Amino acid sequence: MSNILTMAMPKGRIFEEAVELLRKAGYKLPPEFDDSRKLIIEVPEEGLRFILAKPMDVATYVEHGVADVGIAGKDVLLEEERDVYELLDLNISYCYLAVAGLPNTKMNEVAPRVATKYPNVAEAYFREQGEQVEIIKLNGSIELAPIIGLSDRIVDIVSTGRTLKENGLVEYERIKDVTSRFIVNPVSYRMKDQQINDMVKRLSEVV
Amino acid sequence: MSRLFMFEKPLGMRDTLPGLYEKKSRVRSLIGDTMKLWGYQFIETPTLEYYETVGAASAIADQQLFKLLDKEGQTLVLRPDMTAPIARVAASKLLNEDLPVRLAYSANVFRAQQREGGRPAEFEQIGIECLNEETVSCDGEVIALLISSLKKAGLQQFQVSIGHVGFAQELFVQILGTNGRADILRKYLFEKNYVGYREHVNSLQLSSIDKQRLLQLLELRGGEDVIGQALDIMEQDSGKQALLDLKELWDVIKDYDVAAYVKFDFTIVSHMSYYSGILFEVYAGNVGFPIGNGGRYSLMEKFGKSASATGFAVRMDMLLEALGGGQQENSTHCIFFSQERRKEAFKLAEKMHEQGKQAVLQDITGVKNLDAFTKRFAETTYLIGGRTDE
Repeated sequence: MSNILTMAMPKGRIFEEAVELLRKAGYKLPPEFDDSRKLIIEVPEEGLRFILAKPMDVATYVEHGVADVGIAGKDVLLEEERDVYELLDLNISYCYLAVAGLPNTKMNEVAPRVATKYPNVAEAYFREQGEQVEIIKLNGSIELAPIIGLSDRIVDIVSTGRTLKENGLVEYERIKDVTSRFIVNPVSYRMKDQQINDMVKRLSEVV
Repeated sequence: MSRLFMFEKPLGMRDTLPGLYEKKSRVRSLIGDTMKLWGYQFIETPTLEYYETVGAASAIADQQLFKLLDKEGQTLVLRPDMTAPIARVAASKLLNEDLPVRLAYSANVFRAQQREGGRPAEFEQIGIECLNEETVSCDGEVIALLISSLKKAGLQQFQVSIGHVGFAQELFVQILGTNGRADILRKYLFEKNYVGYREHVNSLQLSSIDKQRLLQLLELRGGEDVIGQALDIMEQDSGKQALLDLKELWDVIKDYDVAAYVKFDFTIVSHMSYYSGILFEVYAGNVGFPIGNGGRYSLMEKFGKSASATGFAVRMDMLLEALGGGQQENSTHCIFFSQERRKEAFKLAEKMHEQGKQAVLQDITGVKNLDAFTKRFAETTYLIGGRTDE
């Protein structure tokens, strides 16, 4: 078994903050890290290999063990329910999951419809509220759905609220705060415990 | 539903083709022989059991069971594991004399189909149960046999992590007072959500010492010294017995000379209600999921017999993945013959079979592409017309 620790990183918004955090924790990451289009970046000096994945897929790579550890948003963990250890709250990329819709509207009483990228989160949330809703899964630009009449409500992540505002939507309920988490594959957590413990220690000192 | 293509199998079902079959049966016999040497006797149980009995007793969650109805309308399940069927047969028959019983099995078990790849709905488990034997020596024997079996199968890098079902629960109840409160923490631990666990602990009205004790639980992983640390945070005697048992277990494991493969890990908890003592998981370096697990359980009580047992089960698919490639050398000999020398060919094959060599008889007129066909064999002999070519 190799001593290289493979880390799954979310591309996009969270990536830069995650890289900054790793640097703060003392990991020497090469400069090309910041604008590389590569999907795999080796950093042998640190005994690390990074794979760059879609944020929604990070937990999948980690659960299957092709990545030992990863950085994933709590929204992804709630939606995907992967069997991974959620060891640290990294306190980066803060946002929250919320229910939004057109102002001063009620949900359809017969068949309330909710459009979302997070069908599991949305269904669980409305069920807890004692409401059975119909879920429509979308992959992006969720705000469109209520505007053009596809759904009564949407469930999406909100960071500044600007997108909602610009599209004339309002927030109805806040579901859960979201930050990025350090996650670990259960087997790696045992088989590479020294490397992972070291990483947890270094990261927890800077979060 | 869309029309099925003829090549399709039900979701999660897999074929075992010759190459894999060979490898699987070799590993199965290496492990099986080890188990037999240790005095474990193989048994078989039915593939179908009653939902009300074995299905309900099984550790596998209800939604993971394959269910069907029999003629009388009784609900049946495809067995989801072997532990529950063995507990049934042991409680009703084999434990009548109240002696220790050592049983082994290798069987296919069934779990609900899942959309995602890498999760077969039918897979083989090979394992043992040491029943009606409650000593720590027995727990140690099971772990030592697990390690010995994996080594015999050729697995080099693996680790057994041992926890205890009672420790976390006892600690939670001692500090929090009620089972209900303990369950909240146990759920976080089971879901591997340490962030949630810590947040919950910090939100509780507890002394900082008690909070510290709860947080330290997450760190209790490692060698023998972990038991000392666990003893420090377990203040009351009721939780200490489990730890003293584990200390003794460590000595047993050392006497078996397998301590290098073993670590303690008090963060392992189980959703399974039937575990009553130690529980453990086995990990191999290059496989993302545990390749096996086990523990002490008191499942026979559900079948009307008060006895406990310790056992383990190894997942054959995961183990084979851990063992990796290594194509077995093909030693099969092919004898091509034409009609006039058929009898001679049969005699030769018979002789080779007697010597334990694999030899295929092939009528030369039955093969269209001779070159491609001969490549599949280590050696060939031609008994055709007048010539003999090796």
